[in-house]
Amino acid sequence: MPSAEEVMTVTDRRTGHGPDGARRPPEATLADETEAQARFERLIAEDQRIEPRDWMPEAYRATLIRQVAQHAHSEIIGMQPEGAWLTRAPSLRRKAILLAKVQDEAGHGLYLYSACETLGADRADLTEKLVTGRQKYSSIFNYPTLSFADVGVIGWLVDGAAICNQVPLCRSSYGPYARAMIRICKEESFHQRQGYELLMTMMGGTEEQRAQVRDAVDRWWWPSLMMFGPPDAESPNTARSMAWRIKRHTNDELRQRFVDITVPQAEALGVSLPDPDLRWNAERGHYDHGPIDWDELSRVIRGDGPCNAERIATRRAAHRDGEWVRRAASAHAAKRAARDAVGAGVAG
Amino acid sequence: MAFDNAYEALTEDAGGLGDRWAHGTGFQDALSGVDDTVPAGVDLTAAARHVLGLADDALVMAHRLSEWCTHAPELEEEVALANIALDLLGQARSLLARAAQLDPGLRPAGVPGHVPDEDALAFFRAAEDYRNVRLVEAPHGDFGHLVARLLVFSTWRLALLDRLSGSRDPVVAAVAAKAVPEVAYHRDHAAGWAVRLGDGTDESHRRVAEGLAEVWPLVEELFATTDAERTAVADGTGVDPATTRAEFADVLSRVCDQATLDPPGMDDRGAGDAPAVPRGRTGQHTAALRDLLAEMQSVARAHPEGRW
Repeated sequence: MPSAEEVMTVTDRRTGHGPDGARRPPEATLADETEAQARFERLIAEDQRIEPRDWMPEAYRATLIRQVAQHAHSEIIGMQPEGAWLTRAPSLRRKAILLAKVQDEAGHGLYLYSACETLGADRADLTEKLVTGRQKYSSIFNYPTLSFADVGVIGWLVDGAAICNQVPLCRSSYGPYARAMIRICKEESFHQRQGYELLMTMMGGTEEQRAQVRDAVDRWWWPSLMMFGPPDAESPNTARSMAWRIKRHTNDELRQRFVDITVPQAEALGVSLPDPDLRWNAERGHYDHGPIDWDELSRVIRGDGPCNAERIATRRAAHRDGEWVRRAASAHAAKRAARDAVGAGVAG
Repeated sequence: MAFDNAYEALTEDAGGLGDRWAHGTGFQDALSGVDDTVPAGVDLTAAARHVLGLADDALVMAHRLSEWCTHAPELEEEVALANIALDLLGQARSLLARAAQLDPGLRPAGVPGHVPDEDALAFFRAAEDYRNVRLVEAPHGDFGHLVARLLVFSTWRLALLDRLSGSRDPVVAAVAAKAVPEVAYHRDHAAGWAVRLGDGTDESHRRVAEGLAEVWPLVEELFATTDAERTAVADGTGVDPATTRAEFADVLSRVCDQATLDPPGMDDRGAGDAPAVPRGRTGQHTAALRDLLAEMQSVARAHPEGRW
C-alpha cells in the first residue's frame, strides 16, 4: 500500500475548474501551491481534518465529491424500498417508527448533499446526475421489498452493513463529511435496532410470519455482503482513498467484520443464513463464508437489477413534478427581495 | 464510540436518543404517564365518540401525508411532511387509546386480545365506523392541493385543540396541550407555502387556487355539530366545532390576502341560518376512505394473530 507521500507525487496538480463545476480559488503561484500541498500532506499525516477552505488536490476533491454524492443518492433512493410499506404498516407503532426512519434518511441525504456543496458541488446538479444515471447509488436498493419482514431485514442487515462501512468514516480526513457521519451513524444504529426488534417480534408470532422472516433473510443476505464493494484485489480506488484517509479499512476487512458481528445475531434470532460454507475458522479467528456472486453485483450496478428502472423513475418523477414548486419558491423570494429593496430605498 | 460495535448498538439502552423519535420507539401504552381518570358525571359514550372523531381526522390525514414520502418537490419538504404526519399519528394513537378506554364497546368484536386498542380501532374497523371529516379522505393531488388541504385542516384543528386544552377530560387536555404547538407549526408551514405558491409564478398561483377550490366544498362540514359533541360540550370535555368558524375565516382571509388569492366565499352565518350538517362524523364517507383502509389494513388483517 503506498504511503500518503507516494500518492502525493502522482497527485493531480491542475488548477482551474474542477469536476462538477467546483469553484476554485484564484490562480495561485507555484510556490504558494507547493507550500499548500505540503500543509495538506502534513494535515493528513497527522490525522487532522481537511476543511472546506483548505487547499486540497483536485483528485482528492473529485474523489470526495463522487463518494459523498453517491452516499447522499443512496440515502434518498434508499427511502423507496421501505417507504413502499408505510401505507401498509400493520400497527400504528410500526407505522410511526418506519415514518421516522424514512424521514431520517431524507435528513441524511440533506447533510450529505450539504457536505458535498462545501466541496463546490451543487445539489441541483448532483440530483440531475442521479436522475440521468450519470452518478450511482448503492446497488442494494435495486432489490424489491416483498413483505413487511423486509422492513426488519433491511434495518438489521442493510443498515447493519451500512454502519460497519460508515463508522470508520466518522474519522474521515474531510471535516464536513466526518461530522455528518457521526450523526448519521447514531441514527443508523437506531434503525438497525428497530429492524432487529421487528424480526424478533415476528419470530415470536405465527408460523407464517417466521416464514416471511426466513424468506427475507435469504433474499437480502448476499446483496448485503455485496454492499462492501468488490474484493480488495479488484478495488482500484481503495489504496488512494486509504492513503488520503477518506477510507480507513478495505472492503474485505469491513465485510469480514460485518459477517463476524452478524452470525451470532442470526443465531439469537433463530434464523440460518443462506450459505452452506459459513463456519467459524478458529485459526483465523473469523467466520469463513462462501464465494460471492460478483457477476450479480456487476449486473445490478450496470442497471440490470430487479428495480433499477423503477427507483430512478420514481426519483425522476418527484424531481420533475416538483419543478414548478421550486420555481415558485424562487420567484416568490425574488419578489420579496425586490419589495424589501424598494422599502429599504424609501426608508434610506 | 459505542457505535463501533453494531451488536452493542442493538442491545444498549436508547441513551438519550429516544427523544429523536416523535413518540419514542419503546412505549407500548399510548397513554403511559398521563392521568387517565374519568371525570365524574360524564356521558362516556358521547365523550368517546367525540374523541374518536378527533383521532380519526388525525389518523387519516397522517396516512395521506405519508403517501407523499419520496414524492415531495424538495428534500426539505420530505422531512417537513413526514414530521407533520408523525405529529398527527402520535395524536391519533393517544386519542384512539382514550376513546377505547372511555367506551370499550368501540373496540371491534373478535379482534385478538394481544392487539392494542389503538390498532384494533385503526386496522379492524370498517369505513362506516370511522368518524373523520371527509376533508382528509381524498388521495393526494398535486402540491397545490396538498398545501390547500393542509392549510384548511391545520387552521381548523388548531382552533379545536386550543379550546380542548381546557377539557375536563385530563387525557384530552394533555393531548391537546402537546398538540397545539405541533399543529401551529403545521399551519405556519402550510400558510408559508400558500403565500409562496399564490405569490410565486402564474402556474403556482393557478394550482394553489385550484387546490383551494377543490377542498372548499368539504369545509362547511367542519363546523357541523353532532349530538355527541353537544353532550361532550355540556359535560365540559368537548368542544363545539361551530365555535371555530370565526377564527377559521379570519386566518384563511389573512393568508389568502398575503398569497394574493381570492378567498373562496366563507358563509357569514347569523342566527336563523340552517346549521351545517355533519357527514363524516356520522359515518358518511367518500369512496376514497374505503380504498385507503383497504390498503392500510391489508397486512394487519392478513395476519390477525400476528405479532408486530
